[in-house]
Amino acid sequence: MKTCIAVQDAPLNATAPQQWLRDEGVSGAIVLFSGHVRDEDGRVEALHLEHYPGMTERFLGTIVERAGQRWHLNGAWVVHRVGTMRQGDEIVQVAVSAEHRQAAFEACAYIMDILKTRAPFWKKELIDGSWHWVEARERDALAAAAWLAGEPGHEPR
Amino acid sequence: MIQVRFFAALRERSGKECLEMALPDGVATVAELIGWLEQSDQTLAAAFAATPCRMVAVNEMLASEEASLEDGDVVALFPPVTGG
Repeated sequence: MKTCIAVQDAPLNATAPQQWLRDEGVSGAIVLFSGHVRDEDGRVEALHLEHYPGMTERFLGTIVERAGQRWHLNGAWVVHRVGTMRQGDEIVQVAVSAEHRQAAFEACAYIMDILKTRAPFWKKELIDGSWHWVEARERDALAAAAWLAGEPGHEPR
Repeated sequence: MIQVRFFAALRERSGKECLEMALPDGVATVAELIGWLEQSDQTLAAAFAATPCRMVAVNEMLASEEASLEDGDVVALFPPVTGG
């Protein structure tokens, strides 16, 4: 399985994951999740993302490795943006390629669900001229827990 | 020496990014370290109280507050993550 993992300040290239994963027919399926800054009904003027350099990249590598053990994947791409963004900007790309769609759909959802609840990123929103930390959501924790309940070993650290 | 790093709301509330300190006597776990920091620094105690739900990493690996500590460890304390 080839992998590409990065954390960057620069805007994400929307077409890069597909181009990088294309493998002339070895994979019959490429699934891409592309996350964007929501404006929350026009309230959010900007979003700032902080992370734990070093741990973040290592942890994203661990999640991808776990996904590769669980599903037969040919490639995995995880690129996350940090710094200050505007509504509509792309924050994260998770893309996987596999022979068949089921593995690709599930592995993409798995990587995203674990990333959201375990990878060391924190969001702040600019609302009415002041910054507020975003609270973690219970439903994200439940989604990750559902995947990890089926994992034989320890959860990704 | 150990390093204690703070991120996001916990960094802002404590006004500290990183502490370098000798592992205090009688401190063998992350929970005991947090207790020791609360005793020794009022600002940190207030920051922990304002951030009751926390995550922990030891040497860049997610851990629990029960994790044991030794000299040279890098402990990171932060609020629940919100990436993606």
